[in-house]
Amino acid sequence: MIININQRLLLLILFVWSFLLITNAFATEETIHHPVAEKKFNAGEFIIDHILDDHSWHIATVGHTHISIPLPIIVYSYKQQQWHVFMSSKFHHGHSSYKGLALATEGDMKGKIVEVDEQGNIDQSAPLPLDLSITKNVLEIFIIIILLLWVFLSAASYYRNNPNAPPRKIASWIEPLILFIRDDIAVPSIGHKANKFLPYLLTVFFFIFFANLLGLIPIFPGGANVTGNIAVTMVLALFTFIITTFSGNKTYWMHIINAPGVPWWLKIPIPLMPIIELIGVFTKPFVLMVRLFANIAAGHIIALGFFSLIFIFGSMHWAGGFGISILSVTFAIFMTLLELLVAFIQAYVFTLLSAIYFGMATEEHHHEESH
Amino acid sequence: MPLVTPGIGLVFWMLVSFTIVFLILRKFAWKPILNILKQREERIEKALKAAQDARIEMQKLQANNEQIVAEARKQADNIIKEAREIKEKIIAEAKQQASIEAEKVFAASKLAIENQKIQAMNEIRNQIAELSVLIAEKIVRKELQNNEQQKAYIKTLLDELTLN
Repeated sequence: MIININQRLLLLILFVWSFLLITNAFATEETIHHPVAEKKFNAGEFIIDHILDDHSWHIATVGHTHISIPLPIIVYSYKQQQWHVFMSSKFHHGHSSYKGLALATEGDMKGKIVEVDEQGNIDQSAPLPLDLSITKNVLEIFIIIILLLWVFLSAASYYRNNPNAPPRKIASWIEPLILFIRDDIAVPSIGHKANKFLPYLLTVFFFIFFANLLGLIPIFPGGANVTGNIAVTMVLALFTFIITTFSGNKTYWMHIINAPGVPWWLKIPIPLMPIIELIGVFTKPFVLMVRLFANIAAGHIIALGFFSLIFIFGSMHWAGGFGISILSVTFAIFMTLLELLVAFIQAYVFTLLSAIYFGMATEEHHHEESH
Repeated sequence: MPLVTPGIGLVFWMLVSFTIVFLILRKFAWKPILNILKQREERIEKALKAAQDARIEMQKLQANNEQIVAEARKQADNIIKEAREIKEKIIAEAKQQASIEAEKVFAASKLAIENQKIQAMNEIRNQIAELSVLIAEKIVRKELQNNEQQKAYIKTLLDELTLN
């Protein structure tokens, strides 16, 4: 027992230390990037840079050497009317342009690929190229998918080989979650049609859960802010929206057009209720999108904020940085533990709400008395 | 604000990869796993039900056995009782029969005795008659040595005969 606790403690220390190392590295990078401007540490910029997507996967900066994984750039340039595929290392972290394209380092376009003219200046008149690059988040999505496939295909093969045995190995980890989603989310919300929606609910739950957990790991292959990116949550919400809309039965649509139990003057002559109900159809997935994005992004922002404190105080006096680091690390540990909980809760909430929407769309009976 | 502006590239890759992973997992993971879980649950439920049924069946059998034993005991008692009754009846009948037989024998022997007696009496009578005659003859022979006496005696005898 004591050994166990010690091991956990050691892991936690290692975890925090690596977190510190990374943040330190980023801070150094900032000074390297702009040595002439003597730019002060900007916490806002620092945090947003970490929250947003990136064209390379930065791991560490040791001295003047950036250790980062270059990622493939896939762009269609409207100006040149052709596809370009090359590695992001060609940009040298935004210091040089390549094939008439460059990585913007300033302003609203920061981090995006833009067209440049012969002199290497950003071409403001040209339309932005279509950027289908394998960015940090895309790579993280691929890693999550490989993880998902590995875990669940091996679990499936375990089940296929031992259909009568109690769950062991990987099956013993996933079975409680699968049963939880089936018996506590899908079946109570949807009813006897739950089986039809279970594959989607399970996929979405484990995708979000794995993405959230990987987001908590500060170094590669974790650390990308996948579920805290609005594009990812938008796609997830879109899936829920499409499935809800396409599985909506007559009762569901009638409920929208002619909500039962509502006074007639709310429907005729001004169709107030139908309009509200119709807006509701779109706000539901919108809320799903925003909730997941905001929760995860906020978690990352808070953790990064605590670490920024170290550098803000450190820039005043070196002792200030060391002093505040104790407090920051304590809070960051607390936040990370909280985020572990949030990782599960947000995956659960997204799945539960999707299930409830599917349940509303497929509900059979009329229930006038309940309105 | 770049934070809330979805990137086209990320949307595209997310759509593609999520669709693919969803389809693969649905076919090769979720359906087999859910099916096996369901089958296992059904099997456990069935096994529990079968065990319950077996228990009930066993209780029934036990009750049945007890009933059978009780019935057998009852039957045995009945048989013994009947046997006793039959025995008693047979004894009684035999007794009755014996007494009837005895009576018959008794009656027959009584009759035979009676007959023998009658016969014997007749014989005795005949012998007495013969003896009487003989005695009478002798007496008469002795008495009637003289004529007088003969005459007188004959006369009395005749008287006697007429009286008879």
